[in-house]
Amino acid sequence: MSDNILASGHTACAGCGEALGIKLILNAAGPNIIVANATGCSEIFSSRYPESAWGIPWVHSLFENTAAVASGIEAALKVLGRESEANVIAQGGDGGMADIGFGALSGMFERGHNILAITLDNEAYMNTGVQRSGLTPLGARTTTSPPGELSWGNITPKKDMPQIAVAHGVSYVATATVAYFKDLEKKIKKALTIKGPKYIQVLVPCPLGWQHDPSLTIRVSKLAVETCIYPLIEIENGKLTNVVKVTSKKPVEEYLKLQGRYKHLFGREGANEHLAKIQAIADENAKRYGLV
Amino acid sequence: MTLEVLEGSKAVSDVIGLCKPDVISAYPITPQTHIVENLSEMVADGKLKAEYIRVESEHSAASACLGASLTGARTYTATTSQGLLLMLEVLYNISALRLPVVLTCANRAISSPLNIWCDHQDAITLRDTGWIQLFAEDIQEAVDMHIQAYKIGEDKRVMLPVVISMDGFLLTHTFEPVEVPSEEDVDRFLPKYNPKYFLTTKNPMTFGSFAEPDKYMEARYILNEVLNQSKVVIAEVARDFKDAFGRFGGDLVEEYNTKDADIVLVGMGSIISTMKEVTDELRKRNNRIGVLKIRSFRPFPDKEIVSCLKDKKKVIVVEKAISLGFGSILASEIKSVLYNSGAAPRVDSFIAALGGRDISKETINKIIEKSMTEKVDLEFVDLNRDILPEDFSE
Repeated sequence: MSDNILASGHTACAGCGEALGIKLILNAAGPNIIVANATGCSEIFSSRYPESAWGIPWVHSLFENTAAVASGIEAALKVLGRESEANVIAQGGDGGMADIGFGALSGMFERGHNILAITLDNEAYMNTGVQRSGLTPLGARTTTSPPGELSWGNITPKKDMPQIAVAHGVSYVATATVAYFKDLEKKIKKALTIKGPKYIQVLVPCPLGWQHDPSLTIRVSKLAVETCIYPLIEIENGKLTNVVKVTSKKPVEEYLKLQGRYKHLFGREGANEHLAKIQAIADENAKRYGLV
Repeated sequence: MTLEVLEGSKAVSDVIGLCKPDVISAYPITPQTHIVENLSEMVADGKLKAEYIRVESEHSAASACLGASLTGARTYTATTSQGLLLMLEVLYNISALRLPVVLTCANRAISSPLNIWCDHQDAITLRDTGWIQLFAEDIQEAVDMHIQAYKIGEDKRVMLPVVISMDGFLLTHTFEPVEVPSEEDVDRFLPKYNPKYFLTTKNPMTFGSFAEPDKYMEARYILNEVLNQSKVVIAEVARDFKDAFGRFGGDLVEEYNTKDADIVLVGMGSIISTMKEVTDELRKRNNRIGVLKIRSFRPFPDKEIVSCLKDKKKVIVVEKAISLGFGSILASEIKSVLYNSGAAPRVDSFIAALGGRDISKETINKIIEKSMTEKVDLEFVDLNRDILPEDFSE
């Protein structure tokens, strides 16, 4: 790895999967990139005035407009004859890209901008204190989907953003996670060879929000794949072209029990029914994408 | 000089074409549509070499302009009413990032009730955003203002966005004889956009940092200072424009027969033309009455207002917006600059034409008559009490 595009000295938490994800993504993509970044942890830990961790041209505008800002950047490069200068990347968390910024992202997709959109998916609004997002998985505790007498955590499964991107006709859609860093790098590089909109969703564990030890970030990331909870896939022109195969599929409990956000699913009467629902999601992923 | 009879929207889109924006991004909303439709045609016909981003919302229209402007492109958008409100968050961001985006606001009322007709409630909402806000009196001034807007906004001393308010339907959909300048003349007047700082891999920079309490206030202070200092540039550009094109609609304000006047009417936008006609007629009957046109609402022309109004007997402000729960906005600001100047003529305040209710010469005459006979703190002009529910009908 050469010079990091995301310099050290930023203020991310120990074991931050998002900071690691960004470093891997940008080193694979850079240095000829321009990045539009949504409001969120990544912007906060990297850009406290007068310091900056970014070694590339970078803009943070607002929470929900990142894909639209990137659209403007791409259009400007085109009309000014600077298209060859840089690849444009729009990145943000699951809240910024898949919830509040979803309209802007959808517009960016359907207009066919030559932009790589990246969702750094840590499965909740971490910067504001771990509130539920549309990408929070079934059963997870967040501060707005707490378990309680009448609750088993988040009541809905994750919104299927990769398939939503596919439905837009996005020609390259992929998922990745930090533990599989070679796979992640390969996908970033491949995406940038394709003209038009691209979407990559990267699972980035958040020790603070997921309530796991900071030393376990890579292990948790790896288990998400090995349990088939987070399938690593590539969909090109609407067709599934590649998956990261799981040689020995592990039960979801192995992934869940490392994380405090699922603590309520262990040792409580009636928990098995809820664990079974999560296992069913993993099983369905395995079947749907031929992971095993 | 060749005059053509043109629809306001057509004239404005023609002149935007001459300003050669690199990136246009807009979302349709009545009564802005004719402007962006005309621009689409110009791009489709190859008459304007621009990227036209047909976004999915006004929020994204403003955001795309933000991104493009920050990449070094000249940008343009147009909207009104709800669209402007949806943009609002982005508009604050654009000014603070010091990006000279130009926006046309085809002024329209705010819902609810839904109403597509003209008032100024939309543009007034931008009061505290850090944008330069200019109001056009007629189609010709709207045309001229757009050229000036780019020149002002892109001036290195300024680097701020500019919104031009032109009254929805009253100016966007009416026809007047106007002169759209030649391409050569606009090229000569308006140099290419050449920003000092922009997104480029040749000089990677970070834009849009966050600032903690020990830094934030200084950033806002600078923005306020720059906006206030832009007064000099607005006036300078208006004079340069006069030299280049022979037309002058005022700089920060336009004073019309105010020098010897006892009474001065104050307003913004197309109402000014009506005020001028009415006062012309009154002057024939030896009434010393004039008009003060607020051309730049932000930065607010405090010194110009004091200098014009301080010795008057009566100031009559007619405005097309309201601060609910308080009252007049323009009149209040005028009162506030007069108060500390030590000169305090009586300021009467009229709210008129909300949601496109017509203002005729008779309306203006009625306003003046009322103001001559009593002190008017706040009057809703032509309020129809017959259709008010009983509780409100006095």
